[in-house]
Amino acid sequence: MSLFLIAALPFLGAVFPALLIRAGRNAAAASTGAVTLLALIGLVLHAPAVLRGETVSARLDWLPDLGLNANFHLDGLGLLFAGLILGIGLLIIAYARFYLSREDPMGQFYSYLLLFQGAMVGIVLSDNILLLLVFWELTSLSSFLLIGYWKHLPEGRQGARMALAVTGSGGLAMIGGMLILGHIVGSYDLSVILQNKDLIQASPLYAPALILILIGAFTKSAQFPFHFWLPHAMAAPTPVSAYLHSATMVKAGLFLMARMWPVLSGTELWFYLVATTGLVTMVLGAVIALFKDDLKALLAFSTVSHLGLITMLLGFGTKAAAVAAVFHIVNHATFKAALFMNAGIVDHAAHTRDIKQLGGLRHLMPLTFTLAGVAALSMAGIPPFNGFLSKEMMLEEATHAIWAGTPWLVPALAVFGALFSVAYSLRYIAHVFLGPRRHDYPTLPHDPGAGLWLPPAVLVVLVVLIGLFPNVIATPIVTAAANAVTGADVYFHPALWHGLTPALYMSVAAVLGGALLLGGHRAALGIWNNLPRPEAKAIFDAIVGAATGTSRRFSDRLHNGSLARYSAIFLVFTLAIAYYAFASGTLGPETRAPLPVTAMPVLGWICLVGSTLSVVAFHRNRLLALVLIGVTGLIVSMTFNYLSAPDLALTQISVEVVTIILLLLALNFMPQQTPRESSPGRRSRDVAISVVAGLGVGGLIYALMTRDFVLPSISEYHLANSYKGGGGNNVVNVILVDFRGFDTFGEIIVLGIAAIIIFAITEAVLGSRVRARLLNRKPWSPLAGDSHPLMMVVATRVMMPIALMVAAYIFFRGHNMPGGGFIAGLIAAIAVVMQYMASGFSWATDRQRLPYHGIIGTGVLVAAVTGMGAWFNGLPFLTSAFGYVHPPYLEKFELATAALFDLGVFLAVLGAVLLALQSLARYAWQPGIASEHPMDINPERDDATQTIEGH
Amino acid sequence: MEILLASAVGILTASGIYLILRQRTFPVIIGLSLLSYAVNLFLFATGRLALNQPPILSKYADASYTDPLPQALVLTAIVISFGMTAVVVMIALSSYLAARDDHIDMAGNGGDDA
Repeated sequence: MSLFLIAALPFLGAVFPALLIRAGRNAAAASTGAVTLLALIGLVLHAPAVLRGETVSARLDWLPDLGLNANFHLDGLGLLFAGLILGIGLLIIAYARFYLSREDPMGQFYSYLLLFQGAMVGIVLSDNILLLLVFWELTSLSSFLLIGYWKHLPEGRQGARMALAVTGSGGLAMIGGMLILGHIVGSYDLSVILQNKDLIQASPLYAPALILILIGAFTKSAQFPFHFWLPHAMAAPTPVSAYLHSATMVKAGLFLMARMWPVLSGTELWFYLVATTGLVTMVLGAVIALFKDDLKALLAFSTVSHLGLITMLLGFGTKAAAVAAVFHIVNHATFKAALFMNAGIVDHAAHTRDIKQLGGLRHLMPLTFTLAGVAALSMAGIPPFNGFLSKEMMLEEATHAIWAGTPWLVPALAVFGALFSVAYSLRYIAHVFLGPRRHDYPTLPHDPGAGLWLPPAVLVVLVVLIGLFPNVIATPIVTAAANAVTGADVYFHPALWHGLTPALYMSVAAVLGGALLLGGHRAALGIWNNLPRPEAKAIFDAIVGAATGTSRRFSDRLHNGSLARYSAIFLVFTLAIAYYAFASGTLGPETRAPLPVTAMPVLGWICLVGSTLSVVAFHRNRLLALVLIGVTGLIVSMTFNYLSAPDLALTQISVEVVTIILLLLALNFMPQQTPRESSPGRRSRDVAISVVAGLGVGGLIYALMTRDFVLPSISEYHLANSYKGGGGNNVVNVILVDFRGFDTFGEIIVLGIAAIIIFAITEAVLGSRVRARLLNRKPWSPLAGDSHPLMMVVATRVMMPIALMVAAYIFFRGHNMPGGGFIAGLIAAIAVVMQYMASGFSWATDRQRLPYHGIIGTGVLVAAVTGMGAWFNGLPFLTSAFGYVHPPYLEKFELATAALFDLGVFLAVLGAVLLALQSLARYAWQPGIASEHPMDINPERDDATQTIEGH
Repeated sequence: MEILLASAVGILTASGIYLILRQRTFPVIIGLSLLSYAVNLFLFATGRLALNQPPILSKYADASYTDPLPQALVLTAIVISFGMTAVVVMIALSSYLAARDDHIDMAGNGGDDA
C-alpha cells in the first residue's frame, strides 16, 4: 500500500464515523476500526522490507519552490511509531466503544480520533520537515478537540485550552527552528538534512535552531518546565488519555528528538539541554506521582517521569543510550496504555478514581487486578516484565554519564527517580487492589465485560512476552528503529540476567527503597504537603491573564468602537509608510512629454473639481450631494472616453445610472440631512489627513504618468495576439473574456454573491420587527399626487424594446467594437429598472417571471460550462475557440466561444443589478401602495368600466 | 493634461477620504463612491495617457494603441465597486432601520472622541 494512502486513510476515514453514527454506535466503531486496521495492514505489508533495512518512500512535489514536498518515507523508526499509533489505536477504538456512555456523541469522538491518528501517522512518515510541521500542528489542533471532548466540563475545556496553548506555542518555536535548519542545509527534505551532521553542527545557527526545535519537542513531550499541561489534559475521557499519553501525542516530541538525533546530538549543548531536562523531569514527575490520589493524575505524572527518562537517554548522545530509549518507548507504550485503560475500568466500576476511596478491589475485580498488577510491576521495573529490561538499560547508561565532571550525580538521581517510580507503581497495586475489602465504595465494583478488559489484556500479554522473550518479539523492530535513529548498525540483545552489574545493584536498591517508601507513605505525604510547591496551573493562569489583560488594554485603546477612529489610524499609518517609501527611494527623471492641454479637458476639469468640492461642501444636504456626485460620475466617464477608453466610458455611465437609483432608493428611508456633529478641531484634523492623502495619491500618479515603464509591459502581447489568438479586435473585451477570463469568471461570481447578500439582508430585515415600522412609515415629504405619471409610463414602455435592442447590439459588437457583456448587462438592467420606476414595483414584479437568482445562477453556469467545454478538446479551462461563417446575403459573421462566455457575464450582471435594486425596493412596500393599473387609460379595465357604468 | 488628471485624482481622493471620516453612514457611502472614482482613474492612468488611440485594432498597420490592460482591470473594478456600494448601502440602511441611528460608531462611543 502506498505511503500516501496510509497517511491519508485516517483523514479520509474520519468521515465514516460521523455519518455512520446514524446507523448506531457499533457501526461507527466498526468503521473506525476498519479504517485503522486497513492502514495497519498497509503498514505491515511494508514491514519485511523495512526490517531488512530498506527505506520505503513515496515522493510528490507539492510546492517545490518553497521546498515543501509531500514526501513520505518509512524506515525502522517510522515503522515502530506508526505501528504503535495504529496498533494501540485499534485497541483504543475497541475500548472506547464500551467506555463511552450513551450520552456521549460517539461519532464525533471517532472522527476526532481518526483525525488525530492521521496527524500522528503523518508526523512519523514525513520525509519533509515542512510537511512534518503541518502534521505537527494538526496533532495540536486535533488533540484539542479530543481533550475538550467533554465540552460540558470546565476542566475539560481548560485542560484542552492549556494543552493547545502550550503545545501550540511550542510548535511555533519549532517552526522557527526547522526553518533555520532547512536554511543551513539548503533543503527541507529530511533525508537530505540527516546527511549533513557536520554542516549543521558547525553552523553558528546550530544553537538557536536546536533550542527552538527542543522547545517544540519539550512542550509536546511534557518536559519540565512545560510538563504541567499533561496532568490537566486528564480531564479527557480515559480512552483519549490512554491514547494520547502512552503511544502518541507525547511521544511525538520523543519521536522528533529521535528523528533529529543523528544531526543534532553529540554536542555538549545537546547533552546539557536534553539530558538535564530529561533527568529533572524524570525525578520531578516520579516524586509528584507518588503523592497524587487521583488514579489518572498518578499515571499522568508517571508518564511525565517516563518521558523524562527517555529524553534523558536520548540526551546522553551515545548509541547504547539511544537503543535503550527506543526500547523503553515500546515498553512504556504497552504498560502505560494498559494502565490507563485499567484506571478507566476502575473508574467505570467504582465510580471514583480517588485512591483514598478505593482499596481491596482484588476480591471484587480479580481480572482487573491481575492486569493492573502485571502492568504496574512492569512500570516499577520488576522482572520478568518488559519494564525491567529497559529500566535496567537506563540505569546502566546512567552510570556512564558524567555531568559537569561529577560521575555520581546522574546515577544517583536516576536511582532516586527509579525509587519513587517503584513506590508509585506499587501504590497503584497496594492502595487500590490490596488491603481489606471496603464497604463504602460509591458503587459496588465488579469486573467489566470483555470489551473493556480485552484491549488492555492484549497489551499486558505483550508486556509479559516482551519481558520473557525480548529477542523474539522486540529485537527485530527495536534494532531496525535504533538503526534508523543512530544511522549505524546497533547491537541489541536484551536479557533478564546480565550478571551482577552495577545496574542490578541500583535496581535492587530502587525496588527495596521504593517498597520502604510506600510503607512510609503517610509520613512522606505529610512532609510533601508541608513543602512549598508552586502550583503550575495558577502560574499558567496568571501568565495568560496578564497577557490577555495587556492586549485588552492595548486593543481597547485602539479599538473603542469608533469606526472613524480606525479609519483615521489606518490612514495616518498608511501615509507614514508611504512617506517612508518615498523618502527612502529614488525618483527617476521625467521621460514622457506631457500631452497638450486644450480647452475641452480644462472645462471638464473645472466641472469635475467643482462638483467634487461641492459634494463635500454640501454633503449635509443628502439629496443635493447625490445630484452633485452624479455630475462627478458623468465627467469621470467623459474622461475615460476622451482618453481612449470607450469601454470604460460606457461601463462608467451605465453603472452611474444604477448607482444613483440605488442611492436614491436608500435615501428614501434615511434622514435627508446630515447634522453637524464634529468639532472644528476634528474637522481640521480630517481635512489635514485627506489633503495629505490627496497630495500623495495625486503626486504619485503624476510621477507615474510622466515616466515610461521600467520593464516592458505585457500589454504588447495582448495587442499582438488579440485578433490572432482571441479572434477579436476590441482588445479590452478579448482580455476580459479570453486572456483573463478566469478573473472575469471570479468577478461575476463575486457580483452574484454581493447581490445574494443584499437579498439575504432584506429577507432578514423584513422578517424582523423592522417590518412593522416600515409598514407604518410616513414619508419625509408629501408624495406626488400622481405616483405613476402617464408620460413617464408611456415613455418607459416605448423605451423598453429600444433599450433591449441597444443592449443586444452592444453585446454582439463587443468582441470587435466597444461594448460586451458587462455593459450590455447594465443597459438591459436599466431598461427593466425603468419599468419599476415608472409603473411601480407591483406592476413590474407581476410581469417579471424569471427569478433574478436564477438569472445570476444561469449566467455563472453558462460561463462555467463554456469554460469547461475546452476540456473536451484537451485544453485548459476557458481556452476559447472561434471561427467565421458567411451566411448568404449577410456579412461575414464570427462565432466564438468567448461570446458564450460573455453571455454568462451578461446574465450574471443583469441578474445581480436587478436583484440588488429589487431587494432594496421591497422595503418600500406598504398596504395600498400597489397600483394594479399604473396606466389609468386602459378602457377595458374592469373597474374602469364599472366606474363608467356607475356614472 | 497629466497635471489635470493627477490633480483631479488628488482632489477626488481627498474629498472621498474626508467624507469617509464623517460620522454618519450616508456621507461615508458618498465618500466611498468618490474614492472609487479616484482609484479607478488612478489605475486607468497607470497605463499612461493617450488621445485617440483606443485599443480597438484597426486595419492600418501603423496605428498605435493605448495600453488595454489597465482598462480591462478598471472595467471589472467599476462593476465590482457597484456591487460593493450596493452591499454597503444595504447594510447601512438596514442598521439604520433596525437601530434608528445612522452613526457609524458603535453606541456609546459616538461623538468627538476619535
